[in-house]
Amino acid sequence: MATNETNQQVFASKNKMNKLKEDVIKGLLIAAAAISILTTFGILFSILFEAIEFFKLKSFAYFLTGTEWSPGTPNSKFGAMPIFVGTFVITGIAMLVAIPIGLFSAIYMSEYASNKGRAILKPLLEVLAGIPTVVYGFFAAITVAPFIVNLFETLGMHASFNSALASGIVMGIMIIPVISSLSDDVIAAVPDSMRKGSLALGMTKAETIKNIVLPSALPGIISASLLAISKALGETMIVVMAAGMNANKMSLNPLEDMTTVTVQIVTALTGDFEFNSPDTLSAFALGLILFVVTLVLNIVSVTMIRKFKEKYKMSNL
Amino acid sequence: MEKTNNNIFYDPTLKGRHRSAKIFKGIALGSLVISIFFLVIFLSDMIIKGTSAFHQTYIQVEVTYNEKTIKSTRSSIDRKYRSLVSRAWFRDIPAQVKQNPELMGTTQLVWALADDQVDMYMKEHKYRLKSKELKTLKQLIADGRVEKKFNSIFFTTGDSLIPENSGILSAAVGTIFTLIVTISVAFPIGVATAVYLEEFAPDNKFTQMIEVNINNLAAIPSIVFGLLGLAIFINLFGLPRSSAVVGGLTLALMTLPIIVVSSRAALRSVPASIRQAAYGLGLTKIQVVRDHVLPLAFPGIMTGSIIGMAQAMGETAPLIIVGMIAFIPDAPGSIFDAATVMPAQIFTFAGRPEMAYIERTAAAILVLLSVLISLNAAAVYLRHKFEIKW
Repeated sequence: MATNETNQQVFASKNKMNKLKEDVIKGLLIAAAAISILTTFGILFSILFEAIEFFKLKSFAYFLTGTEWSPGTPNSKFGAMPIFVGTFVITGIAMLVAIPIGLFSAIYMSEYASNKGRAILKPLLEVLAGIPTVVYGFFAAITVAPFIVNLFETLGMHASFNSALASGIVMGIMIIPVISSLSDDVIAAVPDSMRKGSLALGMTKAETIKNIVLPSALPGIISASLLAISKALGETMIVVMAAGMNANKMSLNPLEDMTTVTVQIVTALTGDFEFNSPDTLSAFALGLILFVVTLVLNIVSVTMIRKFKEKYKMSNL
Repeated sequence: MEKTNNNIFYDPTLKGRHRSAKIFKGIALGSLVISIFFLVIFLSDMIIKGTSAFHQTYIQVEVTYNEKTIKSTRSSIDRKYRSLVSRAWFRDIPAQVKQNPELMGTTQLVWALADDQVDMYMKEHKYRLKSKELKTLKQLIADGRVEKKFNSIFFTTGDSLIPENSGILSAAVGTIFTLIVTISVAFPIGVATAVYLEEFAPDNKFTQMIEVNINNLAAIPSIVFGLLGLAIFINLFGLPRSSAVVGGLTLALMTLPIIVVSSRAALRSVPASIRQAAYGLGLTKIQVVRDHVLPLAFPGIMTGSIIGMAQAMGETAPLIIVGMIAFIPDAPGSIFDAATVMPAQIFTFAGRPEMAYIERTAAAILVLLSVLISLNAAAVYLRHKFEIKW
């Protein structure tokens, strides 16, 4: 009996040790999971604090609506309107390229291509997304921009070597897979019974796609487009290498050079300014706007896709 | 279908509808072809621009090694060839003699690295040579004293302001250091987060918050992570600017969501029966996860991590913000030294005006793309080889 008792004691203490060990490991796992939250708050606060420093020195209202951007000068002014307009135009061009091409590619892959074809085509398109952005930037600056200048010269128009068109088109190419991959998933998720019903009523395949499949998949497609816009807004290397630097010219002509939020962030942080000068801090003010806008776009996009998911009871999106 | 009035199935709009269906299909196919076409154009453009950089022109010259020529190295070769030979090659002469002291006092026939303008002429790019230089060069070519050899310099030196002497070695070493930091931070944290969320987390507000957070992190523009790195790692923690450790940590935060999402998918694919059997044998939860679930999910986790690494490897914007575009001629010795990475080196090369740098940019791009493609291929291979169908 005595040995039994000690055995029990040993088991009990071993169990206690195990319990302790389990708790410690579980604590470590929770700590690891909390790091993602820490990162988000880290981003939010680090940018917010520096941005507040900036707005202590310069007016917030002028930042949003002013049209003169002159860092590094004695009486520096920070009106970011031309920067926002440039970002808007370049993103717009990118979307004009990416949304139709990406969406129609997705339609072909999910509605017309065979399973085998889809298995080859989808990864091939995704290669476009895997190419580093600096490589696209080089392509835009060295190949596309001169091509556009020459093209418009033969048409009798003048295009800048840093035209919004060049960086917008290349950015659009980069974003095609964002749209096509997500849209392809959503279109494939529309129940087959709906297609069959429509075909049975005598609609052609194209009419079925246009009138039945696409409207059903619309929330998913919009969600993909929002994600693509957010990606275009935050894209840096292409515009740093191929778009303009001048933040004082406001124009909607895509042949002129334009600058973007990201270009100005890079310019402000790679210049020789003191860290606490408004010139450097302006990067954080621009970063804050970028962060907030992309976050909102992303949240809207995620909510839409979740609604879509619930509607069709999908689990793999 | 016959076009007669007594055919009740006759529909006059049918022809048009079929035509528009065909057009629709054509547009869809056309879009896909355009996307693939872009990819082809893009890759062939890089190959056309880049392959010439893998060869470099050398000129055979007579070199006199003596006290005087070591002091002023330019006098070691015939005056008319001086402007055709690279400045970097002259700079290297004293070191050569130091290595081989027996060269002293001799005259040797040596293949010397040519100036970048000579190289551009040989590769039929735009060049800037005076007519006298061009005449000498043509004579040299006729004598068979100009040759293109494999450009080993490109792989064995760092950045340089002399185009023909610049290479990608220091950037490659910087990339390796940065990725080591990234993987050693992101991998354990990412896998631990995934294990917690999949195996332990109760379904409460905290868990949901973490999930939403991870989704959001994946969608934040990379440049914003650069701002975080600058504000937190450099200004708050005082880590050295431009160093691999700062760049690596910044990239780790960006890679984290990719690793978490793929690890979760891998853990989820392990069937519940494995866990139940292990519990049935009296294992604790930690033992079940450590000894059974994690090993089975490991190939999936590896695949996700490799893809995350490949993405981190191509990232430029956040690294520019934390200063990793400094001019780095020599490879960094530790993760705390100033370093640059491959994409940042591509960016700096692309910004220089000399023609020789353009082909080097494209060549560096080809090197980077082949590494990325190999990494992705490895990930696909791993997935196929170790994938377990339950």
